[in-house]
Amino acid sequence: MPYKYIEDKFIADVAFEAWGGTREELFMAASDATAGLMVENLKNIENINENSENKIIELKETEIDMLLFDVLQELIFFKDAYQLICRFRNVKITSENKRIVFKGTAVGEKIDYKKHNLAVDVKAVTLHEFKVQYSNNLWKAHVVLDI
Amino acid sequence: MRPPELIKISPVIWELPVSYKTGMRVPARIYATEKLIDQMDSGVFDQVSNVAMLPGIVNYSFCMPDGHWGYGFPIGGVAAMDTDDGVISPGGIGFDINCGMRLMLTSLTYDELKPKLHKLVDKLFNNVPTGVGEKSRYAISKSDFRKVMINGSRWCIENGFGWQEDLLRTEETGCIDGADPSKVSDKAVERGYHQLGTLGSGNHYLEIQVVKRESIFDAKTAESIGIFPDQVVIMFHCGSRGFGHQIATDYLRVFLKAMPEYGISVPDRELACAPFRSGVGQDYFSAMKCAINMSFANRQMIAHQVREVFADVFGVSAIRLSIHQVYDIAHNTAKLEYHDVNGVRKRLLVHRKGSTRAFGPDMEGIPQEYKKTGQPVIIGGSMETGSYLLSGVKSGKQTFYSTTHGSGRVMSRKQARKQFRGKELQMRMEKEGIYTRSVSYGGLAEEAGKAYKNIDDVIDAASMAGISHPIVKFLPVGNIKG
Repeated sequence: MPYKYIEDKFIADVAFEAWGGTREELFMAASDATAGLMVENLKNIENINENSENKIIELKETEIDMLLFDVLQELIFFKDAYQLICRFRNVKITSENKRIVFKGTAVGEKIDYKKHNLAVDVKAVTLHEFKVQYSNNLWKAHVVLDI
Repeated sequence: MRPPELIKISPVIWELPVSYKTGMRVPARIYATEKLIDQMDSGVFDQVSNVAMLPGIVNYSFCMPDGHWGYGFPIGGVAAMDTDDGVISPGGIGFDINCGMRLMLTSLTYDELKPKLHKLVDKLFNNVPTGVGEKSRYAISKSDFRKVMINGSRWCIENGFGWQEDLLRTEETGCIDGADPSKVSDKAVERGYHQLGTLGSGNHYLEIQVVKRESIFDAKTAESIGIFPDQVVIMFHCGSRGFGHQIATDYLRVFLKAMPEYGISVPDRELACAPFRSGVGQDYFSAMKCAINMSFANRQMIAHQVREVFADVFGVSAIRLSIHQVYDIAHNTAKLEYHDVNGVRKRLLVHRKGSTRAFGPDMEGIPQEYKKTGQPVIIGGSMETGSYLLSGVKSGKQTFYSTTHGSGRVMSRKQARKQFRGKELQMRMEKEGIYTRSVSYGGLAEEAGKAYKNIDDVIDAASMAGISHPIVKFLPVGNIKG
């Protein structure tokens, strides 16, 4: 699991650190850390089948941190707008005219109280201590979510 | 850990001077007893002093007795801004715009409730949509939702979801003027138009509570409000759901881009702000008012569902059960108010993030029936320990008539999950006379009473400081949570 929740600092909200060898891995890990707060058994969503719902996402930003902010915010939007808990697949991050482009497929399942152990309603990604860094061949993010 | 620069002004007021941090424009004042100040995390001192750097802040940056680490502002933060040269900041309001509390009475006694408590809580749990991403029971079109943005609770009453008197007992009579749906994104509407009348999750709840004779602190005021010993009351806590969260997120990004244009820099991006008089500042203010109105309407629709369930379970109408609303008041908001600043009456934009407005007796903006007692202040405690009804007092002037909003957490959500098991907690609470239903055992564990400060300590601090006056404490007997 390329992410960990930070337990003792942010009392009312939830913070996590996510990491990956590539930007794609980092974005997928941070997405799972976010979705993993909404459902306790995220692995249930791993079994993608004919009932899964796909949303193709393309987002552009000049800064990598704000691109991650937008991607995580999309997951929260899907939860409220379509009652979908999603994980990202086929993620590609490229550059285009000085902008960074995220392309990916959000694969999700409709919230099912019998199947998914629902946890908490994530309200928003905050920018408090929000960070994306690259060092020692590792991409890392620090994120605080409003609960 | 309290910083060495912290000065004790009184047994319940502490001050960080402007010399504490470069850039502070005013001192920061924290309201807390010795015990509470020691329970406050370092984030409180850091964040309340960051808020003191915002342009146009008047008198002090405040933190209330239930204060704890937030994002941008601390939870419990209050900042009044000069409307001529001050800013508006979404981070000073919170993502859950106009999150608040509603208190309703009944004519039932605890003895009358007891045989039907389980049935009542089960039915509330089934009827009031609760939990992650849950949708409304009502099919509301986007066009109707637009009317909700403008008219708030009034739309609900006009459509049969409540009583006319509910409006009189709601802050702003359930509808704030100046909401402009053209300033709201399609995304915010898509996210929230089907969430009217839903509770949400986290610390949002609906509770059945009981008045104990020994917990009535001001019998005369309690009686004037219609409160009596052994009475059953209903309290709930929720906000503007995904709609408000999206508006706050949208404008956070707008303000980040706009700040350089106005020469504003902030120590935390969650304090992103813009001059109140600027175009983007006014756009956010108008959009935020749509979320304020949606939040009032959301609680109105829940109140309607509560009345339906009580009538069904007890076999008599909600009118015969006297399910009258005491008040509905928010604790995440920014509002234009007139206050006395050094002897001059000034119009200020008061940001309250996790702080309740507590207008004193005779002030404008409170219902006529509460002019003598002061505005009702509804404080939700933890699901195990109880909640309070307070009133605003004249000495509340010191904090621009702002007080606490809850207990305030002392334990992180993840720590609480480790320390408590939701199922065990539910069983223990039932043995103690509190019947709880939740869609998430993990979520239940996060809200355990021991994850919060002692509510009595918080209320004592607010009372000792003269920022609100305790009327009655309510004890929980039934609870539904997301």
